[in-house]
Order: sequence, then C-alpha cells, then structure tokens
Amino acid sequence: MNNVVISNTLRFIFLILLQVLLLNNINFLGYVNPYLYLLFILLFPFNASQTLLLFLSFLLGLGVDLFEDSGGINAAACLVVAYIRPAILRFSFGVSYDYQTIKFSSTPLGSRISYIAIIVFVHHLILFSLEIFSFAHLLLLLKKTLYSGIFSVILIFLSLALFSRKPK
Amino acid sequence: MQQIFNFLIRNKNTIIFLLLLVFSIFLTIQSHSYQKSKFISSANFLTGGIYSWTSDINSYFHLEEYNQRLLEENKQLRAKMANLDDTLNTMDILKISDSLYNETYTYRTAAVINNNYARIDNYLTLDKGRKAGISKDMGVVTSQGIVGIVENVSRNYATVISILNSNSRINAQLKKSNHFGSLVWNGEDPNIAQLTDVPSQARVAEGDTIMTGGRSLIFPKGIPIGTIEEFSLNPNQSYYNINVRLFNDMTNIGYVYVINHNKKEEIRELENTTNDE
Repeated sequence: MNNVVISNTLRFIFLILLQVLLLNNINFLGYVNPYLYLLFILLFPFNASQTLLLFLSFLLGLGVDLFEDSGGINAAACLVVAYIRPAILRFSFGVSYDYQTIKFSSTPLGSRISYIAIIVFVHHLILFSLEIFSFAHLLLLLKKTLYSGIFSVILIFLSLALFSRKPK
Repeated sequence: MQQIFNFLIRNKNTIIFLLLLVFSIFLTIQSHSYQKSKFISSANFLTGGIYSWTSDINSYFHLEEYNQRLLEENKQLRAKMANLDDTLNTMDILKISDSLYNETYTYRTAAVINNNYARIDNYLTLDKGRKAGISKDMGVVTSQGIVGIVENVSRNYATVISILNSNSRINAQLKKSNHFGSLVWNGEDPNIAQLTDVPSQARVAEGDTIMTGGRSLIFPKGIPIGTIEEFSLNPNQSYYNINVRLFNDMTNIGYVYVINHNKKEEIRELENTTNDE
C-alpha cells in the first residue's frame, strides 16, 4: 500500500514539472503540445477512492495552471476527466472493471487504446474550449484538439511502453 | 434530516466535483477578464523560483545571441548620440534643463524567465518584482520593440500580459503620419499582430513602420512595433484593418526593459478632476 502512495506522489510531482518545464515549450507547428500529465489520472489505482482522485486531479490541473498563468483551465479539464473515469473504464474494459480485478498492463490493446483516447480527447476538448473561450475560433479549437490529442496519445503510449514492468 | 445526510453521503463525489468545477471555472473566467489581479499567477515564490532556476541554465545557451543584440543596440544608440551632440553643439545658445531631476520615464532591466506564445492569452514572467520597483501597468519593451504590460507583481517576480494576448489593446500609430489605432492580436501567428481603428483618411502602404502612440501613459511615443504586412478597408470603408509584422521575435525574448512613466499619477489625477467637474 505504502509503495503505491509513494509511487503516485512521485509521479504527481514529476509529471507536473515535466509538463511545465519541457512539454509546454515544444509548440510543434506553433501550437501543438502533448499533455502527458494525464498519465497520473490514467494510471491512478482503479480500486482507490473516487473522492481522492477528484481532489488530486484538481490539484494536478491547478499545479499546471499555476505555472501557465491560465486561470483554472487545466484544473477544470482534469476534474471532468477524473469524474467520468469510472464510466469510461466500464465502457472500455467491460465487466472486469466492476470486479476490480484488472491489471492495466494485462488488458487487451484495443480496450487500452479506447480508454486512453477517450480520456485524452475529452480532456483536450474541455481544456482548449476554456482556453479559447469564444465561438469565433471554432476551427482553431478543433485543430488544436485533434493535433494535440494525437500527439498526447502517442506520447502516452510510448511512455507506457518504456516504463511498464514486464509481466513475469 | 437523516435523508438529507444520506443523500449527501451517497452523492458526495458529484457534490465535490461540482464545487471544484465551479471554482475552476471561476478562476478561468477571472483569467479572461483584463486587468484584474489574480490569485493564481506564476508571480509567486514557488513557480517563480522554479522558472528562474531553469532560465538560469537556459540563458547560457543564448549568451552569444544576447551579446549580438546588445552590440546592435549600442551601435544604434551611439549613432543617435552622435547626431544629438551635433545638433546640441550648433544650438549652444539653448539652455538644456537638467533632465536628471525631471525625467519622465524610468527604465529598469529584467530577465524573462517564462514566455508563452502558443495560446490565445499569453503571459510572460519576469525575474524582478516589487522589490526592484516594478509595479502594475508599466510597459515592457526590448531594444527591438514592445513586449507587453505588467499585470501582476509579487515581491520578487512579475507577470506581463504579452501583446500576443486577446485582451491586450495598445495604442499605436503610423510613423509617417499621426493617425492612431489599437494594436490587438487575433490568436493566430505569433509574428503578426493586427492594427485596427486606423481611419480611412490615413495613407497606408505596405512596409510602413508602426510605433507606439504615446497616448497611453504606459509606453513613451515612438517605440517601434513592426511594419505593415498587408492592409484592407473594413466593410463600411471607414477604418483600415492592418496586419503588422512585429520587429520583436516574440518566441525568443531574453532580456527586457520595464518602463515607468513617472508622472502617471499626476496626469491621472488631473484628468480625474477635469472629468468630475
């Protein structure tokens, strides 16, 4: 149990710093940035308290906002994603989620893709709508969501492949 | 009563979610309203400290470039000074008042420790704050052109609302005539800003220089902004919409000057009493 707490705390701090110091400065094609800090919400233990996840996600987003001077856009987007995570888990992994027996690394690839992609795109859509905050830039909003979303999904998969422990 | 408690406990996640969501939306709306102090900003001890630490490392990689810029600026200033000396010598009857005790603008230097330009509302963070004499509403420029206006100040850090921000409106004019307009940004290209509200009587040509207008109390008149890239009349033919290519590369700003108008309060006071009468 302790091990889980420590690894999640470290992941929380590491992901915020990585996001604000490195990833926010990529600006590929002028505006495309990956949002890797979603890994924290994605990998948060499935059987832990939902209330705790809500609070931590809010703090995670607020931490990034603090660095970005962006008000509360990351906090709001993370919060929504954390709130709907159980529903997405049930949708992607089916019955096994209800019995809380799934291990992330041993799930089929298809379910994993749908789980990650749904969370990433919902998060990005909320994030960029709040950032742009006007209907005048609808096309820019969709472009940003799509490109950054694809970038994030790829980067999340790469880091999962890099850092996941091999099943013995 | 029991039922209310039961309801609250059963739906505690939803209630917490809604409360936190309202709070974050509130912060978002606050961040979109111009010229309001925010309590979530990067001008604080923690984020400012981390940013200045990383920019310390980062600035080493740009030393040569900053040196180039300083040399360039020195060259321009020397050329200006030489001209000024000439004119002063030819008019030696004229008495020069001691400008040291009566200067209108004070310049301070600062380093940029964080710079955004990929979003719609962009901000910069400076490594100096209240302790170094920086306060809200001061202008921020580089040797090449304008950067933005100071928005939030803490003891050691300050955030600057960039000209690449949809809330930014800066008084600007054409260099060759006195027609004024407002410099805004449409959120697309970090090298191009828009000059609006220039009356159609003005003669506008591609390549003309745009500079600050000196109507606001923030920037002195004549700080370069950019050149006209393209222009068109708006549908009712009364104003120009002008795209301005900025002199400053907003994606690469190392050191800046913070300008204070020393007689700001006096002018404001005067205007207020005039308006009240």
